[in-house]
Amino acid sequence: MRRSSAASKKKSDSVTTDLFRSGSSKEMDRIDHLFNQYANTSSNLIDPEGVEQLCSNLEVSHTDIRILMLAWKMKAEKQGYFTQEEWRRGLKALRADTINKLKKALPELEKEVRRQTNFADFYAYAFRYCLTEEKQKSIDIETICQLLDIVMGSTFRAQVDYFVEYLKIQNDYKVINMDQWMGFYRFCNEISFPDMTEYNPELAWPLVLDSFVEWISEKQA
Amino acid sequence: MYRATIIDFEQGCKCLEAGVSELKRILEEETSETRIDPKQYLELYTTIYNMCIQKHPHDHSQRLYNKYHDIVEHYAKKTVLPCVQQKHDEYLLRELSRRWDHYKVFVKWLSHFFNYLERFFIPQRNYPSLLEVAMKSFRNRVYLEVQVNAKDVVIALIDKEREGAQIDMELLKNVLDIFVQSGMGTIERYKEDFEMFLLEETESYYARKASRWIQECSCPEYMIKSEESLKKEKERVTHYLHSSTESKLVEIVQDILLVSVAKHLLEKEHSGCSALLRDDKTDDLSRMYRLYHPIPKGLEPVADAFRIYVAREGNALIKQAQDAAANGSLVEAQVLVGKIIDLHEKYMVYVMDCFKNHTLFHKALKEAFEVFCNKKVAGSSSAELVANFCDSLFKKSGNDKLSDEAMEATIDNVVKLLDYISDKDIFSEFYRKKLARRLLFDHHKVNKEHETSMITKLKRQQGGQYTSKMEGMVTDMQLAKEFQKGFKGSLTAKPGGIDLAVTVLNTGFWPSYKTSTDLNLPREMVECVEAFKSYYGTKTNQRKLRWLYSHGTCHVIGSFDPKPIELVLSTYQAVVLCLFNNTERLTYQEIIEQLNLSHEDLVRVLLSLSCAKYRILNKEPASKSISTTDVFEFNSKFTSTMRRIKVSIPPPPIDERKKVVEDVDQDRRYAIDACIVRIMKSRKVLPHQQLVSQCVEQLSRMFKPDIKMIKKRIEDLITRDYLKRDAKNHHIFNYVA
Repeated sequence: MRRSSAASKKKSDSVTTDLFRSGSSKEMDRIDHLFNQYANTSSNLIDPEGVEQLCSNLEVSHTDIRILMLAWKMKAEKQGYFTQEEWRRGLKALRADTINKLKKALPELEKEVRRQTNFADFYAYAFRYCLTEEKQKSIDIETICQLLDIVMGSTFRAQVDYFVEYLKIQNDYKVINMDQWMGFYRFCNEISFPDMTEYNPELAWPLVLDSFVEWISEKQA
Repeated sequence: MYRATIIDFEQGCKCLEAGVSELKRILEEETSETRIDPKQYLELYTTIYNMCIQKHPHDHSQRLYNKYHDIVEHYAKKTVLPCVQQKHDEYLLRELSRRWDHYKVFVKWLSHFFNYLERFFIPQRNYPSLLEVAMKSFRNRVYLEVQVNAKDVVIALIDKEREGAQIDMELLKNVLDIFVQSGMGTIERYKEDFEMFLLEETESYYARKASRWIQECSCPEYMIKSEESLKKEKERVTHYLHSSTESKLVEIVQDILLVSVAKHLLEKEHSGCSALLRDDKTDDLSRMYRLYHPIPKGLEPVADAFRIYVAREGNALIKQAQDAAANGSLVEAQVLVGKIIDLHEKYMVYVMDCFKNHTLFHKALKEAFEVFCNKKVAGSSSAELVANFCDSLFKKSGNDKLSDEAMEATIDNVVKLLDYISDKDIFSEFYRKKLARRLLFDHHKVNKEHETSMITKLKRQQGGQYTSKMEGMVTDMQLAKEFQKGFKGSLTAKPGGIDLAVTVLNTGFWPSYKTSTDLNLPREMVECVEAFKSYYGTKTNQRKLRWLYSHGTCHVIGSFDPKPIELVLSTYQAVVLCLFNNTERLTYQEIIEQLNLSHEDLVRVLLSLSCAKYRILNKEPASKSISTTDVFEFNSKFTSTMRRIKVSIPPPPIDERKKVVEDVDQDRRYAIDACIVRIMKSRKVLPHQQLVSQCVEQLSRMFKPDIKMIKKRIEDLITRDYLKRDAKNHHIFNYVA
């Protein structure tokens, strides 16, 4: 007898969840087990201490961009903390249920993030990740400088160095907002450096970049 | 006469030829009148008539038509042409003219003879008319042969005339008529065989003249010569040229004499445009306008020269004031506005008179003024200077007072000047602050008509929103007076024994002032305040009064030993003095504790009462400044010859300019925000540059927005989620609903 399509759908759903529980439930168990190794038992979160431990086990510095990439993969919301759900999400996507597998998955993760289609999203995520207060919309200069170094340092060394130097000596801006943050990314991708011939301050580049370009031109003169 | 016999063609021709010869003879004799003997005429006419109406085969119309053609051909070829070809130069023209006149008469008479053909045969066959045939023959046999030579002679004569010689204009007119007629209904022959060459010659003639004149003559002299030349050429046309030549001739002369040398001419060192303006040579300037006006775009270089000159004059005034200010004299800055107004009036006269109110010159004047009217002098923007000027204008009294007419004229000029200033909002702010001071502190000197006139005129030029606060302030004063009447009427007794007058101001209209409700008033004054408060409460609904004691005045009777004197004081001063009603001596500390005044305010008050012109209080120690350890005592010995004295107190040293600039900056930020949102709301999607340029345009009525500020506001609006960048092109913005 033919079952109704709705009924069969339901059934397949339950089959999947069963699989989740049964087939790769072993994987999930191991993931959870790994989680518990780093998590704080009272809060059931991996807190900054746990993150440090994790980093040392992964043999990466906790300021390494790959930790940030991991957070991105997990879609982690709060800087310095991983919830169980986030942990599950990230490690399942990476197919890593042991610390070694996780370590091995990092290069692949990096390649994935650095793909043009993903990197802009990652870049924006990095900014949001640093917004610690509720309703906070901008980040202080010092943190920005560090963040720039981590996120863009390897690909756009020169631009980052100059921009960081500029941010430190100027007085107009005490914080950077998301629009300005993204503006810098577009700047690195669209404008050749250090000649910056394509840069046109009459277009909609954020004002901070206009001042930045002006400052560089004066330096070079 | 009826003839029974048929006229044979040859027979008829003989008769005809006889008549023609007779005609030719008469013409050669050139008697005053050319007349054929009427009998002969009639015979000829009838002969031809009969030959035409005879029945076939004796109907000779066609042969007669051909005969006519032969006759005119023959005359042209054998008589006219040889006579003309024998002559040269002017004689050629004379002969040609003479022969042409003869020919016309000849043809006229022939047409009379052959009239029957003209009326019946020719229209029937649709042949060319007798006149046409004759003209064609003349053209082919005579005109084409001699036209080149004739043309050369004519042009040579014209050149001679241009050099001043007298020539026979009738002759030329007649000869040129031949050219026109030879076109057979079109103007082609005249144009191609004559006019073309004339224009060429004219061009080289004037080119020679121009290069000589431009070297030798001053600008006015050159212009006079040009004007003369144009006049002469136009006269030439009326005298003997065809009317269609006029526009072409004029264009050539204008082009060579005026257009190609325009720059050289206008910029001539000692006599060019700027020199003429400098020396007020209105005639020459009017001439310049007259000459360049008919030329397309001809006035542009003149307007340019005018603009540059006026801008230079204005800049010189500014520099003068700036230099004087740098040397410490601030008077120049105050006089500057008056001088600029005078400059404007002076050059407006030129625009209206010499330049006939032409828009190009109005524009040039405006642009020139916009250049220097926005420069700063000694740190003050022009907006501030003009506001100061208005303030002094309205405060004038006594001998300095202007008549009503003069005042109105000056107000008009100020309003016009405002049009050139880009920071109109700064002007309005300064003006408002000073207006407030005038209304509050000098209200008995205020001339309401003048103040309202200025505001009305500003309103007309800038719109109601610009002047709404000012109007509100003036109305407030009026309302306050009426309200005061009502208040007075409601009182059965003087509260606290004091005559109280209150002016209620509408916060929205007036500049912001610090309130002083913390001040501890003497009991009598408190009664006053309460009395007014309750009256006000009965008359209005839910309004809060904030008392500005800092702006009030008090009349106090000082009971000094020699004699009582009425003191006109600020409320603060009065309040301090009233403390001495209860005790003879007070320390600084006691005063400040009892009154709750700020230290800065109290120091000013005590200075005015103890160290200045009038010593109402004695101070220990008797130094020139106030210290917190000083002790004050009522000076019972104080006296003056007058019965009433005003004890002035210097106003607090606020940096008014800084505050105005800050306030205006803040307002501008709101205005830019509102403008951006308004534009984006209607356009929904807009590229950055267009948004900026539209913003600038919309705000230009009030001020010139800084591009950087606009960019900053856009970024701020992005953060506040009013706009966002387009996902595909981050130089385009989308409105966020």
